[in-house]
Amino acid sequence: MNWTAIRAIYVFEMTRFFRTIAQSLISPVLSTSLYFVVFGAAIGSRIDQVEGVSYGAFIVPGLIMLTVMTQGISNASFGIYFPKFIGTIYELLSAPVNFLEIVMGYVGAAATKAMFIGIIILITSFFFVDIQIQNPAAMIAFLVLTCISFALFGFIIGIWAGNFEQLQLVPLLIITPLVFLGGSFYSITMLPPVWQTISMFNPVVYLISGFRWAFFGIQDVPIATSLLAIGLFTALCLGAIWWIFKTGWRIRQ
Amino acid sequence: MSTILSIQNLRKSYAGGFEALKGVNLDIEEGEIIALLGPNGAGKTTLISTVCGITMPTSGTVTVAGFDILSNYREARRLIGLVPQEIALEPFEKVINTVRFSRGLFGKGRKDSAVEDILKRLSLWDKRDNQIRELSGGMKRRVLIAKALAHEPRVLFLDEPTAGVDVELRKDMWEIVEQLRADGVTTILTTHYIEEAEAIADRIGVISKGEILLVEDKDTLMARMGKKQLDVQLTAKIDAVPDALSSYDLTLGDDGWTLVYSYDVNAERTGITMLLNDVQKAGLQLRDVVTRQSSLEDIFVSLVNQPEAAQ
Ligand SMILES: Nc1ncnc2c1ncn2[C@@H]1O[C@H](COP(=O)(O)OP(=O)(O)OP(=O)(O)O)[C@@H](O)[C@H]1O
Ligand SMILES: [Mg+2]
Repeated sequence: MNWTAIRAIYVFEMTRFFRTIAQSLISPVLSTSLYFVVFGAAIGSRIDQVEGVSYGAFIVPGLIMLTVMTQGISNASFGIYFPKFIGTIYELLSAPVNFLEIVMGYVGAAATKAMFIGIIILITSFFFVDIQIQNPAAMIAFLVLTCISFALFGFIIGIWAGNFEQLQLVPLLIITPLVFLGGSFYSITMLPPVWQTISMFNPVVYLISGFRWAFFGIQDVPIATSLLAIGLFTALCLGAIWWIFKTGWRIRQ
Repeated sequence: MSTILSIQNLRKSYAGGFEALKGVNLDIEEGEIIALLGPNGAGKTTLISTVCGITMPTSGTVTVAGFDILSNYREARRLIGLVPQEIALEPFEKVINTVRFSRGLFGKGRKDSAVEDILKRLSLWDKRDNQIRELSGGMKRRVLIAKALAHEPRVLFLDEPTAGVDVELRKDMWEIVEQLRADGVTTILTTHYIEEAEAIADRIGVISKGEILLVEDKDTLMARMGKKQLDVQLTAKIDAVPDALSSYDLTLGDDGWTLVYSYDVNAERTGITMLLNDVQKAGLQLRDVVTRQSSLEDIFVSLVNQPEAAQ
């Protein structure tokens, strides 16, 4: 393992993040606050409680997940797309590193940024609602796993994308609907049976359910299933990236 | 001297099926400076990219200090520094950070004194805290060199380092290469400028249409191909070389107004005096006599146009 190289990539990427830290934080914090106002205050006043948890608190895990997933994807996809776009990728390709080291550097940095923003959202939510976290360790574990797996997914998108539109298309077209329909703002059990069945095909349901379980001890699907789902997703992404570097798909002619 | 880079039968076909390298063989000695000359699209960049790992070879083998670029890519790549043809840099990053990054990426631990030394040598030390976008084009090119040198490579590839660079910077660049040679760094550079190859290279390779036409010591090349020509301009046009002059290596030029005599500068007797005597005896009137020495440029042009001349 070329740890020096991994650290070099990681530090370089984090520098970029901290250079634009204000921009990086202001938009997620603002939109989360808006969600609290709209969903928590306006809708929450009518829904009151979901499975014994106040609606305002109930949506916190989903909101964090929503942010963390989109941030993980956009950070990692941009992180690898940018060198491709401006041509600096030549250096990565000519460096004595293997795919795992490149991934660890870029995905590690992207996941860290997502994690950072996720925690900021959590802190923001303390200002709006009263929440107790039942299982902090599990909460952190789920957060970390989600950050990493979605950053991996973003990395693939960044390599696949041929232009900036494509870079934004996947998050917009696939992730946003999956996350919104994944029980961020409601419990799956509130849906009619047909939709409950359909929801089971949405991987995001498992992540949000598991994450929410760490907060409140309530779950839509068993916690083991949640872990399995996230493990499977991570493995799939890793496999895809391994294949990409093996074949040189879209990066090495 | 030992061979530091060995390229054997290297072929490269791009995805579309275009064969950019058609079986390249090239051995490069440690510590030498070799210039690869070739027209646009000859395959110079493809050759460099393949050795450096940016493109995949279709077949053939390349070793760097004995390490295969595919099976021992870590060892091989650690020894190589690459300055690409196109300027590609992170615009918002600081000069010193990008150089540190390169060093780390190639597996060398942080060493500020080494980075400082490189930046000073490239006259970038004053600009170390500037963002790349604040630099001039020539400075950016030097940042690329600094990045390539950051991990102290033993082999340096310079892909057209002086394209679009002013005379002064070009001289600077040559000096840098000269200094690197003193440190034992082997340099492979590509160029369109013959004077550049003439000025700094020990050996010159000519590449065209994916094939190496010739690799030769610069001096040998100059001497071997360094024919001189004597143009004997006549006062009257002739249709053919007179029989009386058939023993000389003469051709008719300028629609019959000039006799062109090729001779070897290095030969003991050039035969000029005798020729001029015989020309008069043949009854021809001289208008003027001009000599020309073929430059590397002529050699290059004739090679690329008729590759058989290389043999
Ligand atoms: N990615 C690519 N896909 C397909 N063909 C390519 C690719 N890159 C280069 N080529 C082709 O390979 C040939 C050699 O290109 P290369 O860039 O190696 O030439 P070069 O000698 O460096 O030229 P120049 O002096 O203009 O830089 C050209 O015909 C070019 O069109
Ligand atoms: Mg080129």
